[in-house]
Amino acid sequence: MSTPSDAMVEIRSVHKKFGSLEVLRGIDLSVRPGEVTVVLGPSGSGKSTLLRTINHLEKVDRGWISVDGTLVGYRRDGSKLYELREREVLRQRTKIGFVFQNFHLFPHLTVLENIIEAPVSALGHPRKAAVAAAEKLLERVGLADKATAYPAQLSGGQQQRVAIARALAPEPRLLLFDEPTSALDPELVGEVLDVMKDLALGGTTMIVVTHEIGFAREVADTVVFMDEGRIVEQGPPADVLDHPTQERTRAFLSKVL
Amino acid sequence: MPPQTVSLPSSSPPPASPSLTKDAADAVPRIVPVRRTGRWAAAVAVLVLLALAMDSVIRNDAFQWDVVLAYFATASVLRGLWLTLWLTAVVMVLGFALGALLAVLRLSGNPVLRAVSWGYVWLFRSTPILVQLLFWFNIGALYPQILGVSTVSLLGPVTIAVIGLTLHEAAYAAEVVRGGILSVERGQIEAAQSLGLGPWRRFRRIVLPQAMRSIVPPAGNMLIGTLKGTSIVSIIAVQDLLYSVQLVYHRTYQVIPLLLVATIWYAAVTTLLSIGQRYVERYYARGTAGAR
Ligand SMILES: Nc1ncnc2c1ncn2[C@@H]1O[C@H](COP(=O)(O)OP(=O)(O)OP(=O)(O)O)[C@@H](O)[C@H]1O
Ligand SMILES: [Mg+2]
Repeated sequence: MSTPSDAMVEIRSVHKKFGSLEVLRGIDLSVRPGEVTVVLGPSGSGKSTLLRTINHLEKVDRGWISVDGTLVGYRRDGSKLYELREREVLRQRTKIGFVFQNFHLFPHLTVLENIIEAPVSALGHPRKAAVAAAEKLLERVGLADKATAYPAQLSGGQQQRVAIARALAPEPRLLLFDEPTSALDPELVGEVLDVMKDLALGGTTMIVVTHEIGFAREVADTVVFMDEGRIVEQGPPADVLDHPTQERTRAFLSKVL
Repeated sequence: MPPQTVSLPSSSPPPASPSLTKDAADAVPRIVPVRRTGRWAAAVAVLVLLALAMDSVIRNDAFQWDVVLAYFATASVLRGLWLTLWLTAVVMVLGFALGALLAVLRLSGNPVLRAVSWGYVWLFRSTPILVQLLFWFNIGALYPQILGVSTVSLLGPVTIAVIGLTLHEAAYAAEVVRGGILSVERGQIEAAQSLGLGPWRRFRRIVLPQAMRSIVPPAGNMLIGTLKGTSIVSIIAVQDLLYSVQLVYHRTYQVIPLLLVATIWYAAVTTLLSIGQRYVERYYARGTAGAR
């Protein structure tokens, strides 16, 4: 490994197998600070797995990933990578926000409690400061009046916006989104995408797996097309979406557009 | 265009014109519920039978209600009741603490710990509690001394009762807790992990409160079962509620009224516990649809 470069995320030669199934077959990708990278690809191409390796929810079999200049999940000593203890991985994860397709809000906690959980229990912030910060975040996602509601009392779009606020609460350097609008009714997709656009404009580094081509076109700095565990093509949206050079990209886009 | 009348699908035979007259169709038709004659008849019959039974119980002198009343709140009965109550509480608390530990071992990544937990549950669930209790009562035959102290003097009947009941309870509690933990969606743990919450925090703050939703109902049943089940310790001469009334009727031969004393106390306490269980269930259902 040659870096720490100026990249926020550096992914080098990442391989991952589930049993005999090769899900990631050598992924290389860099994301610069403040950039939005949209990952496209057919079902089963390894998009979720790639995102999950970035915050070490999945271990990699080969290769390495660094976020903000720090190796994720491993410590390098000479030519070897030593797996970190869970406590150290957890500390790294507070720097990486993750937004899930199915929100995964904590149903027994109120919206506010969901958001302050990480700052208070993982980072040891004083509760008062965490609550004040959480209220600001709720305002930012347009849900200032929902602090005391339980997740089940919110619409899907509202739940996903709370989940975004929760992911932002530890003040991460990077946000990962795994199909954040796929579980939503069509009329609720817009409100979530609007929040994400707002974050992108604010300079948050984001990697977004999505099928929303319009969002990719409008917001992405880089579009990555994945198929069968490899990055087939990447580049600015105007190139990849409008003038794809690879047949597989063209075939995929003709289906989703 | 003439205003259209509401046309209701009408019953057979299919008429040429709507079966409702124009007037009737304009008004909203009234709904007539089905008459549930059978239900009423059954209710009346059951109430009559119940009244007859109550009457025979109250007026049958053999029940000796005056004796029931006389012994109901005597010091020895209350002492027995108190022992039953605290024994139940101690066994529940210790049993669930050990059970939770067993459940966590069973779900751990360590195959040895998993096997030990499985073996424990297998052993204590596959033998009768009566046998287990008698076994512990006679443990002195196997180990006459523990750390240089004679076993019999170290382990009195009450200690034996606590140990025996707790070990048995823990096997069942382990299964209840394990089921509860498994009922929590995997995504909840991943969400907590991705927020950087440590294992203990994840268990305490995220998994356990959600697991409680499926733990509380069976745990409530176990609590009631344990309260009644503690009566088994009377066979090793621990003076619980049942043993206290037995002591009296062995002397006075008023078996039925004294058993009634115990019965009424057991029923009263289990009723209170059932009511309490409802509130606990409601507490842990917070945040789910329909609750709050
Ligand atoms: N934990 C796992 N164990 C075994 N196989 C897995 C696991 N997770 C993912 N896979 C398999 O890996 C492959 C890639 O999965 P992944 O979820 O990364 O695809 P994806 O591109 O996100 O697809 P989708 O668009 O459907 O979400 C799939 O064939 C999937 O079945
Ligand atoms: Mg996926």
